[in-house]
Amino acid sequence: MLDDFINQFWPSTIDGLALGAIYALLALGYTMVYGVLRLINFAHADVFMVGTFAALWSVRTLGVSDVGGFALIGVVVLMAVVAGAVAGGGAMLLEVTAYRPLRKRGASRLAALISAIGASIFIQQLMGAVVVHRVFGTSKEGGKLDVNEHFKKLSDVVDVGPILIRNDQLLVFVGAVLMMVALDQFVNRTKLGRGIRSTAQDPETAVLMGVNIDRVVSTTFLVGGIMAGVAAALYFLRFESTNYFVGFLLGIKAFTAAVLGGIGNIRGALVGGFTLGLLEMYGSSLFGSQWRDVVAFSLLILVLMFRPTGILGESLQQARA
Amino acid sequence: MERLGTLRRNKMRITGALAVSAVLALSAVACGGDDKDSGGGGGNEVTIGFMGDLTGENSGLVIPPWQGAQLAVEQYNATNPKVKIKLKKYDSQGKPEQATTLAQGAVKNDKIVGLIGPAFSGESQSVAPILEEAKIPSVTPSATNVTLAEKGWKYWHRVVADDAVQSAGAANFLTKAAAAKKIFTVSDNQDYGKGLADAIAKAAGGAGAQTQSDAVDDKATDYSSTVNKINQFKPDAVYFGGYYAVAGRLFKQLREGGYKGKMMSGDGSLATGLIEGAGEKNAQGALLSCGCLIDAEGKTNEKAKKFATDYKAKFGSDVAIYSTEGFDAASTFIEALKAGKSEPEDINAFLKTVDFQGVGKQIKFDANGELAAQDIFIYEVKGNLLPLLGNSNEAKPTA
Repeated sequence: MLDDFINQFWPSTIDGLALGAIYALLALGYTMVYGVLRLINFAHADVFMVGTFAALWSVRTLGVSDVGGFALIGVVVLMAVVAGAVAGGGAMLLEVTAYRPLRKRGASRLAALISAIGASIFIQQLMGAVVVHRVFGTSKEGGKLDVNEHFKKLSDVVDVGPILIRNDQLLVFVGAVLMMVALDQFVNRTKLGRGIRSTAQDPETAVLMGVNIDRVVSTTFLVGGIMAGVAAALYFLRFESTNYFVGFLLGIKAFTAAVLGGIGNIRGALVGGFTLGLLEMYGSSLFGSQWRDVVAFSLLILVLMFRPTGILGESLQQARA
Repeated sequence: MERLGTLRRNKMRITGALAVSAVLALSAVACGGDDKDSGGGGGNEVTIGFMGDLTGENSGLVIPPWQGAQLAVEQYNATNPKVKIKLKKYDSQGKPEQATTLAQGAVKNDKIVGLIGPAFSGESQSVAPILEEAKIPSVTPSATNVTLAEKGWKYWHRVVADDAVQSAGAANFLTKAAAAKKIFTVSDNQDYGKGLADAIAKAAGGAGAQTQSDAVDDKATDYSSTVNKINQFKPDAVYFGGYYAVAGRLFKQLREGGYKGKMMSGDGSLATGLIEGAGEKNAQGALLSCGCLIDAEGKTNEKAKKFATDYKAKFGSDVAIYSTEGFDAASTFIEALKAGKSEPEDINAFLKTVDFQGVGKQIKFDANGELAAQDIFIYEVKGNLLPLLGNSNEAKPTA
């Protein structure tokens, strides 16, 4: 058992980081919306799902085949731009239709939560029943299946001593970290970012100080959506297939990552995502892959017992520039 | 207008899952005038049902046998026999609870004299007792769970070898023809997949191979931890027990993770969806075991070739998984009708003695309804197709 763990340590670490990067990017959306609105945006996972289809669409439209090296980076950037735009736009639309009317009427947070669940189901079914079928065509086997688009990426392997890293893993990791650094800078250094932080800290005072709440909320959803879109592009780079319920399990994991790191905390989402990814991999190498989630969630409970606010604990409003 | 009125009135009484099949039945009645009243029980037409997942998640495995059965019935009816067959479909979506309701309706309202199906093992468990009580024979083309034959059902039959035979055949193939000394089994942790993978591990272990196993979550997409385990164990072959969507993902990640050995799976993965999921390049040379026969070239027998040609002419697609078995299941009932048996009890008695060469196998049942011939066939991915390699006793992997 321990032997397996030691032997699989490096590959597990690489895989854990690549997986964790996607969790982290997705967790950012949960954490930012929670920080600003105190709302768990359950439809975020479906924004991600729409993003994977946008990535699929761009690869299919381009007719990419046999790419490697810089060309692959180019394709990833393009996928990320398309998926980010679609997911970001989708997230904003979601806010306007599903949350803003409730907020304007001063509905309870519970109402918004139900609205989130409803929106999530709506987006899934819309994609599953109409869009996937019409736009992407389904495989011969039936409608409920994965849509695949293999762009035959050439897998170069970067060899660092005992560690072998595939180029797609490296791209996923680097891409995710770049996005997170950019987001951190955006929130901490720009005027809009200051607006987000002040709204998170005290919405009423923020309004009195001249912050346009609607704009702040919109921006939050947009940024969260873009992150989900980029996550979707990276996910698609790695797995080359998607379906309309792909967001469900990933969404739960990303939400877990956000809680693990400290919900409402941007850097916490990053820490939580990578921690969860690594825990899953180490857990599976120790106990077998069927115990993967058991290990990860047991540790989540342990962490929350000793640090109820998550690993980093402090939230968005306390983040300093 | 009157027809429409009847249709609507009738439609209102029937709810839920029954609606679709009921409408179909009613439109058939509307076309055939009042012959239903006269021809319900005996007469010159009998109703045979086909039950399985025709629109759900795994319908890819059930539509081919449905088409096979349709072809058999159509060819039979075209010969102007004394007793014609009306084939009626019951779409259970593979769900046992839905299948139960449909089976009760089939027995009470449609007065079926026989049932082809249910296609899957789970729904078979819940439908067989109903048919047993109503004394109606059934022949399933594709339910392979071992325990089904052990229940002592008298009216239940299948034209496919069970999972135990499949695992023995596949393990035999892996250890002998493919010369695998180390075998890694992976399952999706579901009844069918785990049962198959465990049985293979046991049989291969018995044949002297070294084995190790792991399981994946069928709802997840990242199987890298399993890939790492496999790369550490360095097996000659990986066998996956489960369905093709997961098999596709696993095989893709295995190849991308640098695994170079053989990959094999069972009948649940014998669909082109596997190649789509894994990507054509990654799927090349993947092996599949199945109790079903898909033989477009007539490698195994003459009738198979004619069947494949007729099938293609009618449906515009090649014979696929269990289409042969669907045809043969329907043929057993046809043989009974040809012998002048049109009452359920008589048909069942006839099935105990039936012995003919189907388009796939020799059709002859044991006392418990199990097919006497216990053949397992091996398929190998080539291009974007899954051609037959041969019987598991004789086949040799080409790659």
